[in-house]
Amino acid sequence: MEFAISVLISGISVGGQYALIAIGYTMVYGILRLINFAHGDVFMVAGLLGIYLSASMPLCLSLPLVFLLTVLLGFCIERAAYKPLRSAPRMSVMISAIGVSYLIQNTATYVTGGQPMTYPVIPFLSDTVKIAGTSTKWVTILTPFLVLALVLALTQLINHTKTGMAMRAVAKDFETSQLMGIKINSVISATFVIGSALAAVGSMLYFTNFQAITPTAGALPGLRAFVAAVVGGIGSIPGAVVGAFIIGICENVIKSTQFTVFSDAGTFALLILILVVKPTGLFGEKVTDKV
Amino acid sequence: MKKFLASALSAAMLLSLLAGCGGGSGSTPAGSTPAGSNPASSGTPAPAGDKVIKIGVFEPASGDSASGGKKETLGIQFANSETPTVDIGGETYTVQLVLSDNGSSTDKAPSAAANLVSQNVAIVLGSYGSGVSMVASDIFKEAGVAAMGVTCTNPNVTAGNDHYFRICFLDNFQAQILVNFAMEKFDAKVAYCLGEAGNEYDQGLVAFFKQVFEANGGKVITDSFPTNNSDFNSYLNKAKAEGADVIFTPVSIAYATQIITQAQSLGITAPFLGSDTLDDNMVLDAANGTDIQLYVSTFYQEGGAPEFDEGIKNYINSNSAAKDANGGNDTIAAVTAMGYDAYYVALEAIKAAGSADPAAIKAALGSVTYTGVSGAIAFDSVGDAVRDTAYIKHSTNDGAWELETVQKAS
Amino acid sequence: MIEQKSKKGAYLFAAACILLLAAVVLLENVSVFLPREKVPSVLLPTSQLFVVLKKGAVYSLAAVSMNLLNGFTGLFSLGQAGFMLLGAYTYAILTVPVASKDTVYYLYGGSAVKFSLQDLFGALFGTEGAGGALSMGLGVVLAMVLAGCVAAVFAYFIGLPVLRLKSDYLAIATLGFAEILKAVFQWQALGPITNGANMLQDFPTFSSFNITGAGGKVILRLSTFFPFLVSMICIAMICLLINSSYGRAFKAIREDETAAEAMGINLAKHKMLSFCTSAFFAGVSGALFAMFVNNAQAKVYTTTMTYEILLIVVIGGIGSISGSCIATFLYVACSEWWLRFLDNETVLDSGMKVPFLRAGFRMVVFSVVIMIVVLFFRRGIMGDKELPDLFKRRPKAAGKEETA
Repeated sequence: MEFAISVLISGISVGGQYALIAIGYTMVYGILRLINFAHGDVFMVAGLLGIYLSASMPLCLSLPLVFLLTVLLGFCIERAAYKPLRSAPRMSVMISAIGVSYLIQNTATYVTGGQPMTYPVIPFLSDTVKIAGTSTKWVTILTPFLVLALVLALTQLINHTKTGMAMRAVAKDFETSQLMGIKINSVISATFVIGSALAAVGSMLYFTNFQAITPTAGALPGLRAFVAAVVGGIGSIPGAVVGAFIIGICENVIKSTQFTVFSDAGTFALLILILVVKPTGLFGEKVTDKV
Repeated sequence: MKKFLASALSAAMLLSLLAGCGGGSGSTPAGSTPAGSNPASSGTPAPAGDKVIKIGVFEPASGDSASGGKKETLGIQFANSETPTVDIGGETYTVQLVLSDNGSSTDKAPSAAANLVSQNVAIVLGSYGSGVSMVASDIFKEAGVAAMGVTCTNPNVTAGNDHYFRICFLDNFQAQILVNFAMEKFDAKVAYCLGEAGNEYDQGLVAFFKQVFEANGGKVITDSFPTNNSDFNSYLNKAKAEGADVIFTPVSIAYATQIITQAQSLGITAPFLGSDTLDDNMVLDAANGTDIQLYVSTFYQEGGAPEFDEGIKNYINSNSAAKDANGGNDTIAAVTAMGYDAYYVALEAIKAAGSADPAAIKAALGSVTYTGVSGAIAFDSVGDAVRDTAYIKHSTNDGAWELETVQKAS
Repeated sequence: MIEQKSKKGAYLFAAACILLLAAVVLLENVSVFLPREKVPSVLLPTSQLFVVLKKGAVYSLAAVSMNLLNGFTGLFSLGQAGFMLLGAYTYAILTVPVASKDTVYYLYGGSAVKFSLQDLFGALFGTEGAGGALSMGLGVVLAMVLAGCVAAVFAYFIGLPVLRLKSDYLAIATLGFAEILKAVFQWQALGPITNGANMLQDFPTFSSFNITGAGGKVILRLSTFFPFLVSMICIAMICLLINSSYGRAFKAIREDETAAEAMGINLAKHKMLSFCTSAFFAGVSGALFAMFVNNAQAKVYTTTMTYEILLIVVIGGIGSISGSCIATFLYVACSEWWLRFLDNETVLDSGMKVPFLRAGFRMVVFSVVIMIVVLFFRRGIMGDKELPDLFKRRPKAAGKEETA
C-alpha cells in the first residue's frame, strides 16, 4: 500500500513536470506545425543556468534571472533558426530544430566539460516531508498544484486576451490571420516565450527533485513530454497536460513492476495504441485534407 | 541519373582524400618522430631538440563516461609531467601524450582509434569503459600497436587478443568481493541490484553479483533503468518495499549521484554498495551531509602512497584545467591513481623493449612487472593484471572516503 | 528527374561503378604494393581515411534508404535506427562462430543459437583456404540478406497499424517502435539469443575480407572495397526501384496523396512497399554497421542516430540520392576527421595558446557548420536534383537566357 502510494505520488509529480515541457511542444506545434526538438535542451539549459548563476548570487536573484535568460534563449532560437526558414519546406525547419538541439548539447558538453553538475538546494522545496508513510520532497507534493495553477492562467491568457486570440487565429489559419493584420512574427515569438518560461519553471521543479544535470539531461524528459503532447493530441493544451500525467503515472507504474527495462518502451506502446485507436491523440482536432 | 551516383561517390571520396593528404604529416617511421613535426595535432607540446616517443591516450572526454575518462587522463598527464622523458638504449626520448576523444560511444570510437594510430603512437592507454575498448581493439591490432586498458573491467576486452592488456581487476572478481563483503558485514539475505539497461558494464556486474549472491543462499532482485533516466524514486521505493538488506548500484557517476540524493529524500536506510565507478568525488559530494551508507570497491585508497597523493594534489591545485577535470576539488579518484600507474607501466615496457618500435613494445609488455601506487602489477597469459586485492571504502558523509577493509579473493 | 532507359546510360553507369570500385581497391592497396617508407601516412591501412570511407559507405546506404521513404514517398518515419538494430543483431546472431559462442555469451553459458551460417557452409566447402573463404563469404552475404528480410518483415507488421497515421504522428509512432525494439534487445531474459546488454562480437567484419597469404601477411586488402560494393549494389537497386513505375507512384504519393489515389494508385500497398523496402536496406546497412564497429550492441541505435541520418538526408537534399551519398561522406569526414584538431589544446610556435581549443570544441564547431548549412542551403546540397541534372541543365538554362 505504502509502495503503491509512493509510486502514484512520484508518477503524478513527474507527470506535472512533463506537462510544463509538453505545453511548450504543443503550442509551437499548434502554430508552426513544427516539432521543436530543441525544447528539451532549452529545459536542460535552464537547469545549467540555475547552477552557474546561483553559484555567484543568492537564489532570490538567480532564479528570476534564470527565468529571464531561458525566455531570451527561446526567443533567440526562434529568431535565429526558425524565422529565416518560414517559407522553406517543413522538413528543413525540423532539421533546423534538430541542429539547434545538437548545438545546445554540444555547447553544454564543452562548457561543463562533460561532468555532471549538481543543482543547488532550494530552501523549502528541497526539504523532505512524510506523507502517508512515505517520505518525499516538498516539490513532489507541490508540483501538480503549481502545474494546474499555471495551466489555468495560461488558458485564461489564451481565451481572454488579445495575444491569446491572435494565437488561436494563427493556429487556425496562418495566412488568413496574416491577412487580417495579425503580426505573425510577434505572435510566434510570444508562443516561444511562453513555452520557454514554462520550461524554466519545469526545470526548477524537475532538477530540484533530480539534481544531477548532464548535457543530455533534457533529452529524455523532452522526449517523454513530446510523447505526452502527442498522446493528448498535439496542438491541444489540455491534451498535453492530461497526456503528461498519463505518461508520468504509466512510466512509474512500469518501473514498479519487474519489467523495468520496458519503462520507456511501455509508454511508447501506450502511445501507439492510442494513436491506432485515435489517430490524432485524445484531444486532437480531426485533420481535414485540403485538396 | 545512375551513372552520376557513382561520380557523386567518387567526388566525395576524392574530396576526403585531398583533405586527408593536406592534413597528414607525411611518412615518418613508426613510433618515433622528429620533435615538433606536427604541433597542430598533439596533446602536449613537444620541446624541440631531442627525440620524441608518443603515447596515445584513448579516453572519453565527452558523452556518458566523460567524467571518469577525464580523471583517468588526469593521472596519466600528472605522471607525464613528473617523468616526461624515457631512456631507450642510452638515448633520451621525450614522451608526448596524444589525446583522442572516443566520445564514450562505440560508433565514434573507430575513428578516434585511427586518429591515434595515424599519429604513430608507440602504445595506447585506455579506455575508461570496456565497450569502446573492444571496438577499437581491432584497429590497434591491425596497426600492431599494444593497448593497455586502465580500468576497463569486462572479461572480453583481453580475451583472445595478444595486443590488449589491462592493469585492473575484472568484473567477476569485483562482484565476488562485494558479495563477500555484503554477506560478512551486513549479513545480507536480500539484495536489490540496479543497472542501466543495455550497458555492458552495469549489467555484467549485476549478473555476476547475482550469480555469487544466489549461490550463497541470498535472494536478488534486479532492475534496470533506461539511459538518461533521472527519476529513481520508484526503484528505490521498490527496494525498500522488498526489504532489501543491501542495494547494489554499479552505475555511471551521473546516475549514482541521482540515486544517492533521491535515496536520502526517500529515507532509505539499507546500505549502498558500489563498484569502482562510484569511487568519485561527485558521488562523494552527493553523499555529503546525508545519512546514506555508501560502500564502494576500488583500486586505490587515498593515503596508500602519500608521495603520490601530495604530488597529484599539488598538480590539481596548481592547474585550473586539471581541477575542472577532477570535478572542482582535489579528492583523488582511484582511476586517477590507475592512470598514473598505467603510464609508468608503459614506460617500463618501452625500456624493456629498448626501442621505440610498437612491435617491440608489444612483445615486451606482457612480461613487465611494476609496483605502482595501486599495488604490484604483472600480467597473466591472457593479458589481465594479476590482482587479488580490492579496497572497500565507505563515505564518511563529510566529503571523504575511509578505508573499510581490504578484501582478498577467496 | 530524367529517366535513363537507354542502354548507353546503363553501360555508363556500370562503367562508373566499376571504376569507382577499382579506385577504392587501388587506394587501399597502395600500402600493400609499395614499401612502407614510401606510403603516405594517409594511405596506411589504419589511417582515418579508410575509417571514414567505410563508415561513409555504411551510412550512405542508411541515408539513401531513409531518403526513399522520407524523400521519395513523403512518409516521415523516424524508425531507421530500429531497423538498423534489427539488421545488426540478425547478422551478428547468425554469424558468431560456434567456437566463440561461449566467450561471447559468457554471462549466459553459451548461446541458444547453436549454429552459425559460415560454419554451416564450412561443413560443405571446408574451413581452410579457398573453401573457408567461400563459406565465410557465403555466410556473410546470406546473413546480410536475412538481416534485411527480418527488418522488412518487422516493418510489415509495424506498418499495418502505423502507416494509416499522418505525417508527424507517423514519425513519433515509428520512433516509438525503434525504442521498443531497443528495449527488447536489451532485455536480459532474452540474453541467450541477444546477449542482453553485452556486445555480440567475433563475427566476420570488413577486415575478414582481406586476403592473407602465408604467415598472416595481407596480399590484397578488400576491407574498404566490401562495404562499397554492398552499398553500391543496394543503392543501385533503390535507383532501379525509384525509376520504375513504383517509383513514379511513390513520387505521386509524396506530391499529393488524394490526387495519387484518384489516379488509381493503391495508397496502402505502395506505402507499405516503400516502408518495407526502406526497412530492408536499413537492415542491410545495420548489418554493415555491425561489421564496421565489430560488434552489435543495442545501446548505439538511439534516436540520435536516426536524427543524424535524417540530418544527412536533408543536408544532401530530400529526394536526391547522389545528394545523400555526398552529404554522408562530407558529414562523416567533417565530424570525425577534419575537425579533430579542434579537440586538442594547441600551443603555437610563438608560445601563444590558441583560445577555445579543448575537448568538445570540435563538436561545437561542427554543429555550427551544420546550422549554417541548414539555414543557408535550405534545399540541401543537391536539392531534389541528381548529379546528371547539374551537368545537363546548366547549358540548357543558359541557352534559355540567351534567347530571352
